[in-house]
Amino acid sequence: MTTTTQILLASTTLLLLTLGMGLARAMIGPSLQDRMLSVQLLGTGGVAALLLLSPLLAIPALIDVALVLALLAAVAAAALTRREIDDV
Amino acid sequence: MSEVIGTLFILFGIAFFVAGSIGVLRLPDLHSRLHALTKADNLGLGLLCAGLALIDGGMLNAFKLFLVWVLVLAASAAAAHLIAQQALRQAGK
Repeated sequence: MTTTTQILLASTTLLLLTLGMGLARAMIGPSLQDRMLSVQLLGTGGVAALLLLSPLLAIPALIDVALVLALLAAVAAAALTRREIDDV
Repeated sequence: MSEVIGTLFILFGIAFFVAGSIGVLRLPDLHSRLHALTKADNLGLGLLCAGLALIDGGMLNAFKLFLVWVLVLAASAAAAHLIAQQALRQAGK
């Protein structure tokens, strides 16, 4: 295991830990927008984790998976904010 | 040499993600949290993609990483505007 691989592995672990920490905001709230924002952070973090895993596991296709995830990232926020009823 | 620079870039990117997560968790109101989130999205992922492109080599991979970054930039900017607009609409009610 080379030093670069070790650093990549360590950064992936650190990234996932901090994302889990940021996800606490989804639990605390208090408003719906706060929860959406936390999910948005998790989405970007997911893209970053996939990109980091791609050279680690030697699966180049993971970059394409990250590409699709990046494409779909805005859909959830748009669906939540563009609806007619604002009662929740 | 390019591996060392790439690794440095990745570490800087991760630092931005850590700062963004802490900001989302700790800052007092929605709009300042939005500000912390966009730093992690734009700069963190940008540095990470640049670092990975340097480590991986290969023109096609570098292009794909660039494309991922541009897409996330567009998506996060749109999402941040939508969320902030909805929050302002509800505050005005």
